[in-house]
Amino acid sequence: MKGFKEILVISGKGGTGKTTLTSSFALLPPEKVVVDADVDAPDLHILLKPRVVEAQVFMGGKAAKIDGDKCTQCGICRELCRYEAIGENYRVDTAACDGCALCYFACPQEAVTLKEEEAGVWFLSQARSGPMTHARLHPGQENSGKLVTVVRNRAKELAQEDGYSLVLIDGPPGIGCPVISSMTGVDQVLVVTEPTPSGQHDLGRVVDLARHFQARLQVCINQYDINPQRAGDIEEWCSSQGLEVIGKIPFSPDVPFLQAREKAPVEGDGEVGRLIKDLWEKVLEGE
Amino acid sequence: MRITVASGKGGAGKTSVAVSLALAAGQALYVDCDVEEPDGALLLHPHLTWEEEATLSMPVVDEGRCDFCKACSEACQFHAIMVLPHKVLVFDKMCHGCGTCAFVCPQRAISEIDRSIGLIQGGDRDDVGYIGGRLNVGEPMATPLIRQVKAKIPQDAPLVVLDAPPGVACPFVETLRGSDFCLVVAESTPFGFHDYLLVEEYLRELSVPFGVVQNKGGLGDDRLLCHLEKEGIPLLLSLPYQREWSRAYSLGVPLVEAEPSLSEGFLELLGTVEARL
Repeated sequence: MKGFKEILVISGKGGTGKTTLTSSFALLPPEKVVVDADVDAPDLHILLKPRVVEAQVFMGGKAAKIDGDKCTQCGICRELCRYEAIGENYRVDTAACDGCALCYFACPQEAVTLKEEEAGVWFLSQARSGPMTHARLHPGQENSGKLVTVVRNRAKELAQEDGYSLVLIDGPPGIGCPVISSMTGVDQVLVVTEPTPSGQHDLGRVVDLARHFQARLQVCINQYDINPQRAGDIEEWCSSQGLEVIGKIPFSPDVPFLQAREKAPVEGDGEVGRLIKDLWEKVLEGE
Repeated sequence: MRITVASGKGGAGKTSVAVSLALAAGQALYVDCDVEEPDGALLLHPHLTWEEEATLSMPVVDEGRCDFCKACSEACQFHAIMVLPHKVLVFDKMCHGCGTCAFVCPQRAISEIDRSIGLIQGGDRDDVGYIGGRLNVGEPMATPLIRQVKAKIPQDAPLVVLDAPPGVACPFVETLRGSDFCLVVAESTPFGFHDYLLVEEYLRELSVPFGVVQNKGGLGDDRLLCHLEKEGIPLLLSLPYQREWSRAYSLGVPLVEAEPSLSEGFLELLGTVEARL
């Protein structure tokens, strides 16, 4: 039985304010382990300023390598490869190569080897908010889902060992593998949306995905005053889906102003900070 | 000419820029490769004329022929096939559809079937064509769908604008493959600039020519512009933050329609890109 709760902040569409909210929640009590699960374009560290305690290399998938001395350019691998990863010169385009090993098994000359590639680095750190795990996937790499699982697992271990009651996860955009890896097994999901056609559309997709899991779902509408009518439509849709809208945050120039000074909105004394505090209270009430 | 519109950070304005560029240019094809969250059609409002299911192959094992030797599960790099003493399990969501298991099976007991992973739709709005992919919810891999969306692009399309997914991981790379130029949309905020640098670093590594569109200028600071000037990277267009533009976006109105005078800027941008190539 785990002695802590995992809360994920997610949005589907990028740029709706996930990290802005997560950075604020991170700095509010209770003390917690924070995870930046957007391993492809992590930003949380900019505000939370983690000091790295432990860094480890992440080995991702494999890529094929063809030994030019052994290769007779017979063409079998090029014909079989479904990723168009082998060029006319029999060099492997490692960005296109999926590491499936078909060429390795098919080559009559045994000219192909598979090499495991370093796909990223991950960290356990001490941030302004307390312990934090985060990572950096190298550009063009796959297996971001696996790396998300690695940083989440390290955070869970830490929560268990040191008795933290909460793990807070800043999720990646989209609905693909890193999002699925961020969502698996969490207790609660806060979806941050905005009153735009794309915000609304992507909310629907991420809610659909979240329903595959058992987590409790809550919704927050950020910059609701850009289009109050659409915000109202979203609220109506949420209520028809049995989803609770627990907060509506207006657009405020305070947010970019504070962010430019590498501060979270709750570190200012504006109204937005207060609204985010209220929102966090409601997230915590979500038992 | 193929232009990929990218941004490290989500919400920087990729789709707004890509749709507006295609509309301003005319005689263009807009391709939505952000298949996890395909939002281009919500701005472009194309008239859809065709639709096709996107599929990925997966193995089917003939258990009458199979002798449970495990050659397939040992060869599979993605742990998508598991051999029990009298049964073989295939995990469809983990399968990459590479065909390795069928190739290595000594009994020839494995065939492949297609399973749906998403949808590809096409259409047009006036002289702007549209192709877009939609990944099924619950499907983890965007890359195979992006590959299939791109296969639909006619060879003779004069200008192709590809709207990339955020970030710099494999779905972005698949979108970028074969592009002549990358247009990076960036905000001059700490998050926006940080994620811009990730894209820049990678584009340099790949030696893909690129330029920048600054979006939501005035909301941040001048760190992006200073950097571009210092590095000699072309700033092709600068769009200020305007509440009315956010409002137009929230109503599903493309930027060049909310502010027709911007067309000129997009055309100039295109001219500069053409001249550079």
